[in-house]
Amino acid sequence: MSKDITKIGIFIALAMAFGYLEVLIPFSFGIPGVKLGVANIVVVTGLFLLKPGEVFTVSILRIMMMGFLFGNGISILYSLAGGLLSFVVMLILKKTKVFSITGISVAGGVFHNLGQIMAAALILHNRILFYYLPVLIIAGVITGSLIGLLSDRVVKTLRLQDFDVL
Amino acid sequence: MNKKDIMLMITMLLIAGVCYLISNLTRNENGNQVKVSVDGKIYGTYPLYEDREIDIKTDKGNNVIVICDGSVSVKNADCKDKYCVKQGHVSKKNESIICLPHKLVVEITGKNEADKAIDSIAK
Repeated sequence: MSKDITKIGIFIALAMAFGYLEVLIPFSFGIPGVKLGVANIVVVTGLFLLKPGEVFTVSILRIMMMGFLFGNGISILYSLAGGLLSFVVMLILKKTKVFSITGISVAGGVFHNLGQIMAAALILHNRILFYYLPVLIIAGVITGSLIGLLSDRVVKTLRLQDFDVL
Repeated sequence: MNKKDIMLMITMLLIAGVCYLISNLTRNENGNQVKVSVDGKIYGTYPLYEDREIDIKTDKGNNVIVICDGSVSVKNADCKDKYCVKQGHVSKKNESIICLPHKLVVEITGKNEADKAIDSIAK
């Protein structure tokens, strides 16, 4: 039990460190609001190294804590919508065992953006946001594949080293 | 990365392409009105071809919208991220500028009689 808590703690700390890195140095793609989301490496990696419930805890707590530190009430809502949707989609895709970690991450990236735009459309009571959909899908594919390739390396390295904490 | 991953990426990009085409077909025509709404409620509608500056003050914050030469932009805003200012100019129908922190949406609409009819029925 305490081992599990430690594990979750390490993952959350890592995700927050990555998140903070991105606050300091934004990896932007020239489109307003689109960012790489380095912290998602931790969530994607976690999907392959932790139990689903643990990854869920990591994902939610990271969003809440980053939101309280650097964001505001509304930004937490957007992040939660994106984070939850992408988590559910990635978990389902992982269970089907069709795609590798990169494919799962790509789907995660796309649905992260989709979740955020749905939250924004609900909050603003405006459907016009869906005109941004094509841009956000493409952005999701690009960021998702980058995060996926990085996570793939991380998972392989950790497994090679028999990382016994996990 | 395996073949199926690449298939997934291509499918996603195709979906994006189709979405882009669909939205492009509907935005081909030029708009002639600027609709400003805050928190889902219409704040005001302005003609696109009359130059003016609109100062929008709500309890969430201020945005200065500029209509000039048939295009709209947000000149100034006191929101944190300033994405609305960075979004630049829009001029075609269904294009929009959005300021999430202030729940502000500036969109370009066509003055369409059919739309009005639907609105009045919905009321």
